[in-house]
Amino acid sequence: METLAFLQTSWYVIVGILLAGYAILDGFDLGAGSLLPFLAKDDEEKLAVFNSIWPFWDGNEVWLITGGAALFAAFPHAYATVFSGFYLALMLVLFALIFRAVSMEFWYYDEKRRGLWSAAFTVGSLLPSLLYGVALGNVIVGVPLAASMDFTGNFFTLLRPYPLAIGLLGLSAVLMQGVTFIAMKTDGTVQKRALDLFGGIWILFIVTLLLSFAATVIYMPESLTSPLVWASAAVVVVAWLLCRRFTAGGRMGLSFGMSSLIFAGLWGIVGATHFPNLVKATGEAALNITMYNASSGVKTLTVMLGIALIGLPVVIIYTAFVYRVFRGKVMTSK
Amino acid sequence: MDVVLLSRIQFAVAAGFHFIFPPLTFGITLIILVLETLYLKSDEEIYKTISSFLIKILGLIFVIGTATGIVLEFSFGTNWAQYSRLVGDIFGAPLAAEGILAFFLESVFLGVLLFGRNRVSRKVYWLSAFLVFFGAHLSGFWIIIANSWMQTPAGYAMEGGRAVLTDFYAAVFNPSTVIRYLHTMLAGWITGSLFLAGLAAWYLLNKHHESFSKILLKISLIIFIFSALAQFVSGHSSSVQVTKTQPEKMAAFEALWNTMEGAPLALFGIPVESEQKTYLEISIPKMLSLLAYFDPNAKVLGLNEFKPDERPPVLLPYASYHVMIALGSLFALLAAVGALMLFRGTAYTARWFHVALIAAIPLPHLANEFGWIAAEVGRQPWAVYRVLRTADAVSVVVPAWQVLFSLIMFSLIYVLLFVVFIAILLKIVKKGPGAAEAY
Repeated sequence: METLAFLQTSWYVIVGILLAGYAILDGFDLGAGSLLPFLAKDDEEKLAVFNSIWPFWDGNEVWLITGGAALFAAFPHAYATVFSGFYLALMLVLFALIFRAVSMEFWYYDEKRRGLWSAAFTVGSLLPSLLYGVALGNVIVGVPLAASMDFTGNFFTLLRPYPLAIGLLGLSAVLMQGVTFIAMKTDGTVQKRALDLFGGIWILFIVTLLLSFAATVIYMPESLTSPLVWASAAVVVVAWLLCRRFTAGGRMGLSFGMSSLIFAGLWGIVGATHFPNLVKATGEAALNITMYNASSGVKTLTVMLGIALIGLPVVIIYTAFVYRVFRGKVMTSK
Repeated sequence: MDVVLLSRIQFAVAAGFHFIFPPLTFGITLIILVLETLYLKSDEEIYKTISSFLIKILGLIFVIGTATGIVLEFSFGTNWAQYSRLVGDIFGAPLAAEGILAFFLESVFLGVLLFGRNRVSRKVYWLSAFLVFFGAHLSGFWIIIANSWMQTPAGYAMEGGRAVLTDFYAAVFNPSTVIRYLHTMLAGWITGSLFLAGLAAWYLLNKHHESFSKILLKISLIIFIFSALAQFVSGHSSSVQVTKTQPEKMAAFEALWNTMEGAPLALFGIPVESEQKTYLEISIPKMLSLLAYFDPNAKVLGLNEFKPDERPPVLLPYASYHVMIALGSLFALLAAVGALMLFRGTAYTARWFHVALIAAIPLPHLANEFGWIAAEVGRQPWAVYRVLRTADAVSVVVPAWQVLFSLIMFSLIYVLLFVVFIAILLKIVKKGPGAAEAY
């Protein structure tokens, strides 16, 4: 393989890993936030949920920040097209992320307005969880693009059936992450609520998966010929089945692991379907934004690959260390 | 309204609000590291008490900094898509490096600082304090690299209208990186240390937590004195560098309309661009030449040396630059007074001094904001100096009404955040050190 193509492929994989890492790690705190009204009824229970995610969520969000920056550095055209093209949707995500970031802290200190801040946390978690999938569905199924690589659709272009199906799938995967994580980290009432919610979410997941499958059959049947797609889908289904088994057996660590594997499998499907595209164009394949026509030059990709290959393993090691530090159940009095 | 102007205003609002928080982080993480080091060495509980209290405040500051920082990173794609396409080959790299090498470190170990005191050994806890300090300052380094490249681009070649990286080292250590980095970090230390000195002064004034406050006041004051005096030198080298590398920017800072030998240093005035004249000007003859070139008769380029469509606006950079310098001088004066008070031992008792410290808390923020306004508006009409015009950097597919909508939303959200932030900060301060931990 020539040097440039090797670098482009490496960066395609790295950006994929960063975004998948974000989905899996921030997935559990986005999920916990989305389910907060169902998991916790009073302040003490809410505190238990917050305590479960507090030490981690900030580091988790850095996966998004770094994923976005890696996309910017490696594939500036894809970054420019998606972020400017999906302007209003992204602004909604940003408003949500801002409120989400501050609302736990504000909830803790601003005792008079706790209802407001916990609602802000829930909406701020729910909205991005849905919109990420919608955005991803759009770049996979294709959006109208000009020869300048600019997006030519509008806000409602984004809300077509296929992207909405992927949005719902992403949301249900996030809810699985949230509910299994909270069941793993808490005990007492909150854990019982999480376990009660699990069954419904487990069903919801397979329903949204089938919905996405149906949408794929209708809108992009060509992707179903790839054996890698089927292999990844098999991982998803097996993990989904095991997740219930482990939950029933009370082994919540493994259950959370399976839920994370579901998410990894979903990203495998995305990669297998989408590679080497970054943003597909509706209609004309010549207008697709791919890793070949959107990337930075050899020099940038080389230097940054060096930084990523040294930096990311170190990140993973100390992140694992800190997760170990905070292992076990959070303190709850109930 | 014009989409370029709206996008510029939005970036100014987003960056201006965001930058309330990182400078506090720089200063406070430094002081936390000092306290944790003292605690590790001396084993005295009081250091731990102070540090734990500051970590709580840092946690609040940090979440708002993170939340508002994402907006900035995304805005290069949302509002400045042409910028991303044309210079993304170079500009994206420092942002990605910041994430991989610095921001992960800072965020992950902040989790340990906030919630892990009883879960790790004392040495690991100290190491976490160090890594949060180090991550914050490294993070700032990559961001300043990115911005300095916009001021004094280097290490690139133009290929088909796009800037392409040719020399990573030259791009990273472009002519303004190091000077501007030191200037920004010192500004952060001034901001954070004066904030904490003011906090300690407030407790002393109200006769609360006295032993706590005396130690905090002493450490903060020492760091403030050092930073404010060092900033005088750093500010000077920053100005010299601007004169040499962005002469039209310095001409705007000083409202120097015509090139002259023995240029004066402006102290006050009202520059009027349309008339190319400065009213009510007070200046020191030959001082600008002396400061910039160490020669009272050196030639300094004036605005008329440059094409009219390549000149920055004058009034805003001129005013911002001078207010920043006035504030910097005030800090140096306050530092000298503080040093004297500390030496004489009256720093802990003089009420007027405590009142002055409390009143000074917002001033570094003003200096920071005016400094950025001078640097950014003074670079106009360029987004990347002499490479890419701001007007050509904006997204082409985003209509003005959408930017207006997001601008209004950000403004409302940021006002709300600021009000709640201040209210909660006051609440934490009133509750005082030693209150129960969350985890």
